Amino acid sequence: MKARVTVTLKSGILDPQGKAIEGALRSLGVSGIASVRLGKIFDIEIEGADRAGAEAALKAAAEKLLANTVIENYRVEVTG
Amino acid sequence: MKSAVIIFPGINRERDMARALRLISGREPAMVWHADRELPPGTDLVVIPGGFSYGDYLRCGAIAARAPIIDAVRAFAAKGGLVLAVCNGFQIACEAGLLPGVLMRNAQLRFICRDVYLRVERSDMSFTRGYNAGQVIRVPVAHGEGNYIADGETIARLEGEGRVIFRYSSPDGIVDPDWNHNGAMNAIAGIVNEPGNVLGMMPHPENHVEAAMGRTDGRGLFAGLVDHFERAA
Repeated sequence: MKARVTVTLKSGILDPQGKAIEGALRSLGVSGIASVRLGKIFDIEIEGADRAGAEAALKAAAEKLLANTVIENYRVEVTG
Repeated sequence: MKSAVIIFPGINRERDMARALRLISGREPAMVWHADRELPPGTDLVVIPGGFSYGDYLRCGAIAARAPIIDAVRAFAAKGGLVLAVCNGFQIACEAGLLPGVLMRNAQLRFICRDVYLRVERSDMSFTRGYNAGQVIRVPVAHGEGNYIADGETIARLEGEGRVIFRYSSPDGIVDPDWNHNGAMNAIAGIVNEPGNVLGMMPHPENHVEAAMGRTDGRGLFAGLVDHFERAA
């Protein structure tokens, strides 16, 4: 079973990397970009076919390691 | 003073730390591997040194914070044992929940490797009894992620409870954005936990402890700890 965990910065947390990327896009002539914030994607293969168990395992993975919940949010999607 | 220095794959400042501990305490520290589950018996001080544990993969200190030895460090700290967490060690301590907040990327995005000035905010802790309150010391930093961030409530609590121990400052002890090289909130360079037995700091006191290093400003931290344990004995 395939799953994806997306980890993003909580709003209000400063993201200087995002700002640097905005500036770089601007100087590359890409217009109309209002803001950029950098996040992470974890593509995960889950063993077995138990969807509820998979979601629980992914939530535990996110809470315990993949996201630092002081500064990050996460979203879990079981995709297939 | 019996010290134990914890080593993770990718840590690279453990020998500098061991040298400082040996020079100032007169005793060779134990070097403890991350996969061990226990600290040496009779350990007085646990040190989590600097470096790039696990290549800073995922987040700085994230993987090291989940190593087996950290449970033993946590239990040691819960019983009042002293823990000194420097640079990557500070990041590990925050990830492990030993200290609040998080160290994020330096605000101007560059890895900074030079001396900075720190104002010692209080001298009544085991970690700072070798200094005077308000004293300014000069110690090196070498980090890309030293920007201390916490939510408003945590910062208010740290400040209100006097748990900010070191602050980036001018040579005269003035806190000013020009002297805050990484943008840390309130120019926070080092903090302690609520009971005051776990100290995390980004700068490297262990690299300014003998004349050959150019300065000895960092020596007071270790000498104060030795003094603390001698008086407690």
